[in-house]
Amino acid sequence: MAGEQIAETGAVKAVRWAAVAVPATLAVWFLSMIPAVESAPIRVAWDWVPTMGVDLAFRVDGLGLLFALLITVIGTFIFLFSASYMKGYPASGRFTFILLAFMLSMLGVVTADNLILIFIFWELTSITSFLLIGTDFKNPEGRRAATQALVVTGGGGLALMAGMILLGEAAGTYSLTAILEAGSIAGHELYGGILVLVLIGAFTKSAQFPFHFWLPQAMAAPTPVSAYLHSATMVKAGVFLLARLHPVLSGTPEWEVTLTLFGGVTAVMASVVALRQTDLKKMLAYTTVMGLGTITLFLAGSGEAAVMAAVTFILVHALYKSALFMVAGTVDHEAYARDINRLGGLARAMPFTAAAAALAALSMGGLPPFIGFIGKELIYEGALEATFAAPFVIIMALAANAMMLGVGLILALDPFWLNRDRRPHLGHHGTVHEAPPSMWAGPVLLSLVGLGLGLFPGAASKWLIGPVTAAVYGEPVPVSLSLWHGINAPLMLSLLTFALGAVVFWMRNPIRRGVAGVLWAMPGSADDVYDAFLRGIHAMGRGFMRAFQNGSLVGYMWTLLAFTAAVLWATLIGTGALANVPMPSQLPDLFLYEWAVVGLIGAGSIVAVLAASRLLAIIALSGVGSGIALLYVFFGAPDVATTQLMVETLLVVLLALILLRLPGFRVTEKGWRRSGLLDGTLSVALGVAITVILMGVTAGTLDMVIPDFYAQRSVIDAHGRNIVNVILVDFRALDTMGEVTVIALAGLAAYALIKLRSDGDHDKIASAPVTAPEKNRETV
Amino acid sequence: MDFVLPVLIGVLVACSIYLMLSRNLVRVVLGLSLLSNAVNLIIFTSGRLTRAIPPLVAEGGTLPPEGYANPLPQALVLTAIVIGFGLLAFALVLTYRAYQELGTVDTTAMRHAEPQFDEPYDDLSEARAMRHAAERGNV
Repeated sequence: MAGEQIAETGAVKAVRWAAVAVPATLAVWFLSMIPAVESAPIRVAWDWVPTMGVDLAFRVDGLGLLFALLITVIGTFIFLFSASYMKGYPASGRFTFILLAFMLSMLGVVTADNLILIFIFWELTSITSFLLIGTDFKNPEGRRAATQALVVTGGGGLALMAGMILLGEAAGTYSLTAILEAGSIAGHELYGGILVLVLIGAFTKSAQFPFHFWLPQAMAAPTPVSAYLHSATMVKAGVFLLARLHPVLSGTPEWEVTLTLFGGVTAVMASVVALRQTDLKKMLAYTTVMGLGTITLFLAGSGEAAVMAAVTFILVHALYKSALFMVAGTVDHEAYARDINRLGGLARAMPFTAAAAALAALSMGGLPPFIGFIGKELIYEGALEATFAAPFVIIMALAANAMMLGVGLILALDPFWLNRDRRPHLGHHGTVHEAPPSMWAGPVLLSLVGLGLGLFPGAASKWLIGPVTAAVYGEPVPVSLSLWHGINAPLMLSLLTFALGAVVFWMRNPIRRGVAGVLWAMPGSADDVYDAFLRGIHAMGRGFMRAFQNGSLVGYMWTLLAFTAAVLWATLIGTGALANVPMPSQLPDLFLYEWAVVGLIGAGSIVAVLAASRLLAIIALSGVGSGIALLYVFFGAPDVATTQLMVETLLVVLLALILLRLPGFRVTEKGWRRSGLLDGTLSVALGVAITVILMGVTAGTLDMVIPDFYAQRSVIDAHGRNIVNVILVDFRALDTMGEVTVIALAGLAAYALIKLRSDGDHDKIASAPVTAPEKNRETV
Repeated sequence: MDFVLPVLIGVLVACSIYLMLSRNLVRVVLGLSLLSNAVNLIIFTSGRLTRAIPPLVAEGGTLPPEGYANPLPQALVLTAIVIGFGLLAFALVLTYRAYQELGTVDTTAMRHAEPQFDEPYDDLSEARAMRHAAERGNV
């Protein structure tokens, strides 16, 4: 248990215990729905975003109800367990609330009746899972595990969203009920894309190879989270989705081959790696991956037996796995250790926990009369009926089941009944006590449920497995589970499994060493690939930054201006606008003085570029500015001309004041340019583009509605005869107000720049040379 | 005037861009001043040019004379001139203060906000940074 012990307030404790009531109440509510759901799904709906086909619609059918019951019943015991386990954990109140939020999101996933709604709840489970894995956020390992889980499942969530949208478009509706009624969309042209995207979403969430690596890392979370999210519920969301969409997407070779391969490889890989683990939680995590792989493997098929096997195994697995996780948490909590090599002989001190472990592990191993046995028989039945690669499926199932039995025996026997000599080194100075009832009640009851369902398979098939199989299969299926089917092939395979499982248990230490050796020899793991992927993203980010944010002002200017020039010319040429620009046929009839002014401006700007002295540049610039003021006079804009002259005068003063304090060009300009030719080319390209555009613009017609409005209303509405002035101070007075503010701020900022100095070593200017310009045009 | 002012504006734009592509901040500021003049002329020209009939309403009347100059671009340009001046004044002071603090007006030497070699994750660039520093005799 990580984190420092802190004194907790009564309120936090009360929150932890009161939270148990929420899943308990919901569990009772869902239990009460069982009779109704057996005949027809329960549906409720409210409008949410009707224009986009998104409704707050919920639907409880056999499949949804099974999951809702798993979530709430197991949830009840988890919250009970957590109330004791989390005692003294920092921020256990917050933890409890996030766990509740997760539970409600998960219920949303399994009961939503709208594709978009399913996606939203799906993402909420990813986010709450992230927060819960990172409960101990001071631990870097926990932070990494949390981020990794979020990146993997969140990335899959993106694919799922795209898949859901494609599915909704292909089916013409986002309503799950309507899609299920319409049946398979395998013939649709979007089927391939939908399948790939939905499978990526499901495989990442349900930790299928090669996305399995986040799940064992997620064991950094407190045990209640591992037991709840990462074995019984959240990781099942992926297989839930596969089951949910089974009637819509299955039945094609693509579906069957993909699920068989990924599920089979995942199951065997995970059960081998599980044998290598010594940490109880890691061992359980890999067996969870194995269980999820098995479910995927059997959802591949479309036969009744395969579907029934998958559905039954979902139930079986949730029951024993959450119980075993809580056992592992209890052992960790009481004995201060969860390494199989350190544990031993705890049965006497922790009788209830040991009993729960034994019952759950026997169900996990698939021994009669547990529900696990029925699940295993169904698996073999389904494997024998598999239409694609039946030998592969049988061997995969046999190998996975045998190793599962081996792991089950290790979990049930090693910590509790064997290695008694280790006992004195465990717990607080060798004393280990049984955990409080709140912690062992859940494991004991859940494994007893597994036993009870095995003993009364009729009830299980009528109320649970039957309706679920019907929901996944698409139509009602006669389901009758029983322990004894007579002497048949599945029974033979079961006996073979027991023999192999016993061998695995017997040989566990050599196997562990062997697997460890093989893993050691592997060049890299999926976790390494994840790291490489993240490094790649960082490198890409750095690459972009180095290319675009390189700290060079000239570089930025080049990027911006070259892009602008490219866009302008591409538009001019691409749209054919260039050809439509009218070419001048004759010299315009300018007066001589107008030519003189135009010449002054042009010459001035060229001199400003070529000038080698600051003074000459200033004079050239002022020539340009004054020339432009004259242009304003010629073309009926006396107000503008006045302002331009005043501003130009001020500017010359300012330039002279400041530029003469800066270094001259003569010394510094040489070699201060990357390439005069390239810079010149870009400048000319932009200049010509502007010329051409402007010629095109002025050749077109001008909409005079707005200017005419101002001209007609100026005297009548605003009692002003200078229309330009009226626009500025009356019609658009607020704009002018804003402008005055900008000028005032510029003046203030310039003043502050001069006053606030980092140190006093430099030359001082006597006073700020810049002030806000005087009120300018109310007076003109 | 159908092409004289557009050509003149093109010359102004080209000159200002050329100035602003320099590493010398003083030239960049001069370019900015030219550019703001050019843009004002673009707005003014886009509103069409009308000779010598300012948008004024004579005493006693309610409408301006026939063929009056378009008042809208004039109002816009008036605003732009003043704002352009504010911007330029601020840029000038900024340049001056930068020179005081850094002792240079070369923008490639102004790398306090975006230092050249700050990528510790990248071995290659770190090696390059070390080499760079060694060449300058700092290591």
